[in-house]
Amino acid sequence: MNEKGRFDIFGGQYVPETVMTAVHELEEAYDRYKDDAQFKEELAKLYRDYANRPSMLYYAKKMTENLGGPKIYIKREDLNHTGAHKINNCLGQVLLAKKMGKKRIIAETGAGQHGVATATVCALLGLDCEVYMGRTDMERQSLNVYRMNLLGAKVTGVDSGTATLKDAINEAFRDWVSNIDTTFYCIGSVMGPHPYPTMVRDFQKIISEEIKAQLMDREGKLPDCVVACVGGGSNAMGAFYDFIEDESVKLIGAEAAGRGVETEDTAATMALGTLGIFHGMKSLFLQNEYGQIAPVYSISAGLDYPGVGPEHAYLKTSGRAQYVPVSDEEAVKAFEYLSKTEGIIPAIESSHAVWAAMQEAKNMTKDQILVINLSGRGDKDVYSIARYRGVDLSEQ
Amino acid sequence: MSNRIDVCFERLSQENKKALITFITSGDPDIESTERNVMAMLDNGSDIVEIGVPFSDPIAEGPTLQKASLRALEGGVNLDDIFEMVKRLRQKTDKPLLLMMYLNTIFRYGTEKFFSLCKENEIDGVIVPDMPFEEREEISAEAEKNGIYSIFLVSPTSKERVRMIAEQSKGFLYVGSSLGVTGTRKEISTDFVDLLSPIKDHKTVPACIGFGISDPQQAKKMSAYADGVIIGSAIVNLSEAYGNQASSHIADFVKSVREELDR
Repeated sequence: MNEKGRFDIFGGQYVPETVMTAVHELEEAYDRYKDDAQFKEELAKLYRDYANRPSMLYYAKKMTENLGGPKIYIKREDLNHTGAHKINNCLGQVLLAKKMGKKRIIAETGAGQHGVATATVCALLGLDCEVYMGRTDMERQSLNVYRMNLLGAKVTGVDSGTATLKDAINEAFRDWVSNIDTTFYCIGSVMGPHPYPTMVRDFQKIISEEIKAQLMDREGKLPDCVVACVGGGSNAMGAFYDFIEDESVKLIGAEAAGRGVETEDTAATMALGTLGIFHGMKSLFLQNEYGQIAPVYSISAGLDYPGVGPEHAYLKTSGRAQYVPVSDEEAVKAFEYLSKTEGIIPAIESSHAVWAAMQEAKNMTKDQILVINLSGRGDKDVYSIARYRGVDLSEQ
Repeated sequence: MSNRIDVCFERLSQENKKALITFITSGDPDIESTERNVMAMLDNGSDIVEIGVPFSDPIAEGPTLQKASLRALEGGVNLDDIFEMVKRLRQKTDKPLLLMMYLNTIFRYGTEKFFSLCKENEIDGVIVPDMPFEEREEISAEAEKNGIYSIFLVSPTSKERVRMIAEQSKGFLYVGSSLGVTGTRKEISTDFVDLLSPIKDHKTVPACIGFGISDPQQAKKMSAYADGVIIGSAIVNLSEAYGNQASSHIADFVKSVREELDR
């Protein structure tokens, strides 16, 4: 087995020959710049002055009292510029692309958050940007489509397959193999061929580094549990990474069960997936006995993906992290709960983590600490939640 | 026992002919049509046939082959049906038959089981577009054990990788004519002399050019740079247009390419 970019058996570099040279070029560039003092300083400055880092660690007093268990802290990635953790990764990748002399950035997007973040950084750093988005997701997230247009990006709808995130990734890959000389593919999660899972994790690990420092400052100890939602898994990898060695810290990933793991309308890769090779990586995927990738479903466009990043697959099989499925109904309840209890409207993706945290809190004691990584804000989801609740918000 | 692919290229070399390799997606629109189409190609001048195994997410394919995969999957074809078809084809032909498929299809089916069925049904080689040379160990041991060749691709971006890949290839080297995905192209502008220069003075496997070849004239032009040409989307377009009545159209097209190549 090719050992490069492996997390035990997971990971690897399963891409067409056309992109091998580009993948190697990216590996070399990333190896060079990740420890380069000037690159690190530029990125740190962008994180601080542009993305609004460090994001706050908020003590959710009402939620803590209401649940009657551990102290609940909320890591406010939703307060970053562009409203989600995605900006951390985009600043890193697009800055790297610029150093590599690339002129054009492509990206895929599900909920639109990664597309918006990519378009934002491209506007800032002066690069052309094209974002692939499934047609179904464009309808679910029309506000984000318009937002990307405002930022000067071209949004290309994808009609193939289920017209959601995986199909947008397929199309971005096809663009990449066609325009490999000029184009940098800014992948939005800890997935794809090496070096993406490692590189994206490195750009996101600032989340767990900040949580650790902030909590040490406030409480003088580590958390007992960290909860994050998992689609491809970038916010969760970021929230987990600095705690992996701290074995007292329980790590919980909340994945999208859609209408339930017992139905076909689900995206619960960890609960139901099997080992496969797709989108450049060996990992767990929802697929049939012949290896055809399954159509997936979730109310959340950002978790609507039939695979998961290879490092999460490793954390699961090694037992270091646990993954729980959360249904649409549960996520919507958590969405409403956090809005009413703390005055924070969470992204529907992050609402999956909120629900999982509410369940875990029942097993914990008052002297313990639970951190929820609130990966994004929920403004973009107001329409679809209203629709879910049978309320028509369309303007007359 | 020698592999049919080697036998085929030896014969072509003695006859001073170029190889014509043709592709069809199996199960589009049904497996019986595919069986007829394969024979139509082989009976009209195709030397080797690549049988496409449909995949839900064919990232290296353009719209023509994507749509064919979708039609085939909607028709319900699976790998077991395809092996059955190959068994029937083997009653009628002794020419090389390859499977073109995505790595997940092999992996999920079980690499050991897959290659033993390839041997049993007399498949001669596999082409796996999303398995680069560096990840070949995913299948190489089982493929070699069963005498099945794994055909590797090089592309215009391969540069110094061309020699490394060519030197360790068996059967033939699949030279992608252009960047991007499969599909017919009006113009192919790659400098093949430059691309293939790393292997010019080396004794390696034959090189065949594919991706984008749409008509007999283009096939003839490309064949000047290589030992053969590979045609896929132009044939699948006929399958799309004529459905289960496509075999006579495919026969005519393949015949016209053969005649042009031999002219």
